[in-house]
Order: sequence, then C-alpha cells, then structure tokens
Amino acid sequence: MDKMILSKSDFPKVITEIIKKNNVYAPVKNNDTIIFDQIKKPSEMNLDFCNSKVPPKKLLFHQTETLFKFTPGTKAKIESVDINENNVIFGIRPCDAKSLAILDHAFQGDFEDPYFLKRRKNTILIGLSCNKPELNCFCTSFDDSPASSKYVDILFTDIGDKYYVEIKNDKGKQLTKNISNLLKPATENDTKKRKEVEQKAINMISRHQKTEGIAYKLDKIFENPYWKKVAFKCVGCGTCTYLCPTCHCFDIQDETTLTKGARVRVWDTCMNPEYTLQASGYNPRPARTNRVRNRVYHKYNYYPKNYDVIACVGCGRCIDLCPVNIDIIDVVTRAGEVKP
Amino acid sequence: MKENPYQPWLATIEDVREEVGGQRPIKTFKLKFQDKNIQNNFSFLPGQCAMVSLFGQGECFFAISSSPTKKGYIEVSVMKLGKVTTALHELESGDTVGVRGPYGNYFDVEGWKGSNLVFIGGGIGQAPLRSLINYIVDNRKSYGKLDVIYGARTSKDISYKQEFEELEKRKDVNVHLSIDVKEDGWNKFVGFVPDNLLQVKPSPKNTIAITCGPPIMIKFVIQNLEKLGFSEDQIFTTLEMRMKCGIGKCGRCNIGNLYVCKDGPVFSYKQLKNIYGER
Repeated sequence: MDKMILSKSDFPKVITEIIKKNNVYAPVKNNDTIIFDQIKKPSEMNLDFCNSKVPPKKLLFHQTETLFKFTPGTKAKIESVDINENNVIFGIRPCDAKSLAILDHAFQGDFEDPYFLKRRKNTILIGLSCNKPELNCFCTSFDDSPASSKYVDILFTDIGDKYYVEIKNDKGKQLTKNISNLLKPATENDTKKRKEVEQKAINMISRHQKTEGIAYKLDKIFENPYWKKVAFKCVGCGTCTYLCPTCHCFDIQDETTLTKGARVRVWDTCMNPEYTLQASGYNPRPARTNRVRNRVYHKYNYYPKNYDVIACVGCGRCIDLCPVNIDIIDVVTRAGEVKP
Repeated sequence: MKENPYQPWLATIEDVREEVGGQRPIKTFKLKFQDKNIQNNFSFLPGQCAMVSLFGQGECFFAISSSPTKKGYIEVSVMKLGKVTTALHELESGDTVGVRGPYGNYFDVEGWKGSNLVFIGGGIGQAPLRSLINYIVDNRKSYGKLDVIYGARTSKDISYKQEFEELEKRKDVNVHLSIDVKEDGWNKFVGFVPDNLLQVKPSPKNTIAITCGPPIMIKFVIQNLEKLGFSEDQIFTTLEMRMKCGIGKCGRCNIGNLYVCKDGPVFSYKQLKNIYGER
C-alpha cells in the first residue's frame, strides 16, 4: 500500500484529471440533500457531509435497471443490454464501501448477476474517511472504523490542510498513475496525524449495537411476542429498506409500448405486503410483524448463516429517516436481552 | 451456465392441452426451445423448475411437469390464477414464450433406487409429481412398489386424466384416485386425500413418501404419514412461493435463511421441521 500526501490546492487538479477518462460520481448537493451524482468538474462536489441520503449502491445496483429489451407479444425477439462503463466513485464512506462487499455475496454464487458484478469490476472506489460521524452512526459495532480502507481502492483522509491518500491496490495505482507528480510520500508525522483524525472520529461515535452472538440468539426468539412490540409503530413505508446500503431485494416487471418492451428490475422492499402476496391470495407474511421481523432476521440471522457476515454496516440511515423512530440499534440490542 | 441468468431463451409452444376447465382451469404447455443446441443441452431432473415468460406480461416460476426421460421438449402445467398465468392461458400452438432454468434442487431419484415410493398429490400439486412418476415408470426396474394417490375436488378437476388411465392399466403401479364429494358414476374413493392415504395404508418399510398439493392437504398428509409410521426423513414435499428471479437474489421466497427457488423446492419433512420462517 502506498501512503501519499495531496495538498488541498492540488486536489481539484486530481479530480479533473480523473474525470478526463472516467465517469466520476461524487457527493453533490441537490435541494439540501447530499446524493451521489455524476460530476463534470470538481467544483460540483460537496464534501461537507456526513453521508448521502441514498447510498451509493444505487450506482452499481440501479434503482431501475433494464435487464433486456424485447418486442412484446407472442412472436417475441430479445435484445441484450450491454454494460460497459468505467466508473469512479469519489467520496464513498467506508461504511458504504463495506456494503458493496456485503452485496457481492448476494449477487455472486451459482448464478452471477452480470449487472451488479460487471459494474463492480469496472468501478474504482475512492473512499473518503468520515471525520464527523453523526448521532446514529455505529460502524464501530462491527469492528470497523470511519477511516477504514479495507473495502476501497484508494482512501482519502482529510488531515487539515491536506489529504492523506492510501493507494490500496493495482486498481488504485492504475488510476493515480497520471497524477503521481502531485502526490508526495507521507511522512511519519502525516501518518500520526491521520491516526489522530481517525481516533477523534471513533470517539465521536456514541452509540453501540450489541451484535455478539446475535445470530444464535435470534434462532431462539423467532416466535417471541417481542417482534409484535417492535413492529407495533411501523407504518410500513419501506424507507428503511429503500435507503439501506445492504438491501438487495428487487421486483421484475415488463414495461411495454405497442411495439417496444423491456424487462426491468426495480428496487423492492420486504415491507410491502404485495412483496410476498401469491396469486391465490395467500400471503406468508401478511402482518407487519412478519415483515419487520423478516427485515431484522435477513440482516442479523439469515445473512450471517448464509455468508458469515451481518448485513448491516452501521450507517444509521434507517434510524435517521424512519418516520416513527424505529431504531435498529435498539431493536437488535434489546433482542439480545429477550428471554427465549 | 448462462452468461446472463435473467435473459430467457426463446421457446415455441408445440401443443396446449386443457387438463381442467371450469373456474380454475389448468393447461399444460409443451415447449420446445428455438435454438437446437439449447434444446439438446437443457437437462434437468424431476422436481426442478423453470421461469416461463410471456414478453410484455411477465414471468412465473413453474415446476417442469414433464419427465426428463421424454426428450425434445419440456412441459409446464399452469393454473389460471394471476396476471401472467391468465395471459399464458390465451396462448396457442406456435406462439413464442421465454424460458430460463432449470432452477432449484430435485428429487433424489438416485438415492431412492430400490425403495418403494408413495406419491400423494392434490390438484395442481401433481405437476412436479407427474415429472417424477413418469421418470420412475420409465426406469421402473430400479424401484420397488409404486403407489400413486391423487385427489381432486370433482372428477372434472382431475389433471392428467389420460395418463392416470394409462397408469391404472399397468400392473406394476397402484393408482388410488379420489374426489372430495360424491358423484354419480364414481366408484373410487370419495373424501379428502389424507383420508384416502389412511385407507391405502402404505407400509413405511423401505418406503419414501412424496407429497405435493394445497398447504392444508400437505399438513394432514404428513400427520397421517406419521400415524402410519413414516419417519420425518422418509417424507418429502415441494414448496412454492411468490418468486421474481428464481436464482436466490430478489429476496421474496425465503423460508428462514433458505430460498425456495434455489435451496428448494424439494424439502424433506425433517428439514422443514428444523427451519423456522413463514411459509
């Protein structure tokens, strides 16, 4: 790993250089909200944020994705869709970068999802350490850090008047080849400063979720009335799942005009009663209790069983944005205390 | 393996057979892949499923109801119930549909060699059993005694009627049909499938029981199989759920941490007893 320094005055030059050859996505301000969007020049970026409202997973797992096109009807022809983009995501937070590694499990396997995995392969992640975690951030509950470089190709850390730049792998090296003249090797003092910044951020994280042994514990309390209590105030809006960086559920629909058609997939949520409703009218998860429980179990029991990792990164979006204050930190920590 | 598992192959409907009429009609569609290579290389085992789509309407997940021993085509049996199945019922021979698969696990036809087999089906639940029964009949010497128990609401609701008649003619297969309510001219069992099972009374010795049908039927069939002395690892069933992708990614068909599309649809009762989750 290369540890480099980039002065803030040279930073725009670096971004400009990268934009020349790549589609660059970065945090931008849109009606008081930070989202990831394509930028054409560095000044469009807004780096004064804790995290984006919609996670950058949307750049790899599109909210609406055309799977293929067809001529509708009974004499159909199919036309494939090509996915060929060289993308760079600048400013992804370490928690969101981890979420992509978690999503890999769902999209890999016996049947590989070409849409997500091709983009994943052709996307370079430039992380930006989170220096000011907010109230509901809890990445440290999963032994991660707001300045973790584990899941990115390059990590930028703002250490005051300059960026500490960690180039993690060949993907990162390749990208920074053209701008190597702007990067200087980091001194011991810079590395010390980076550690201080990280520690300061870790200290700002005040909330903690008790996840130890949670998968086993959930095995024992599936039928517990606790879930009814948790789901009681849920209004079923689905915000928690739509804005979750690790949720991967989708629906597939055919969209047509008279002569053209496309099979598209769209984000779906297990909070919708229609999600599991069968044509016969039978619904295995008819009540909100079933659905809220499914959300928690998918992340804290099913995913650990299937892939050995909890499907939560502690970004706090579902807590911040829940209209009725359902708090996943609380829900899981208290589940650990329920008597089976 | 397909490069893009979401993109179906094109198939032509070779034949449409009406199995059952009335309010909940069932049709069996005989499908042939348009690409000869695909047709020759599409291999599956009884119990496996396929996604069949009508372009512009959508896709549904069906058990392949034909046996892999019948080469050159696959069949799916479709009850007209929702949007896609209603549209499929309008189709005729010569029309094009999309097919992708095969998906899911299958009945352990290798491991069951030498065993007696009891099939207990109800209604459209016979579709996956039909594939298995025809496979077993085509490999008849490898298996022990065969009992086929099947019930429908009325005699008009019996699927695969002609095939049952042919099976009844065979000396090496015992067919036990039933209808729920008494009818003129019906001299076989009248009553529900689980009761017919008690009456047929198969011995659990060296026997595997496979059941598929409405959930309520499966529930009582399993209870009665246990009464007859069947253990939980001698009982198998196939499940269904609403599905979109068929490949374990879209999320909706899970029972606990298992996806019916990928980890099922065939489960032993022993397995099902040990997983929790809505079904």
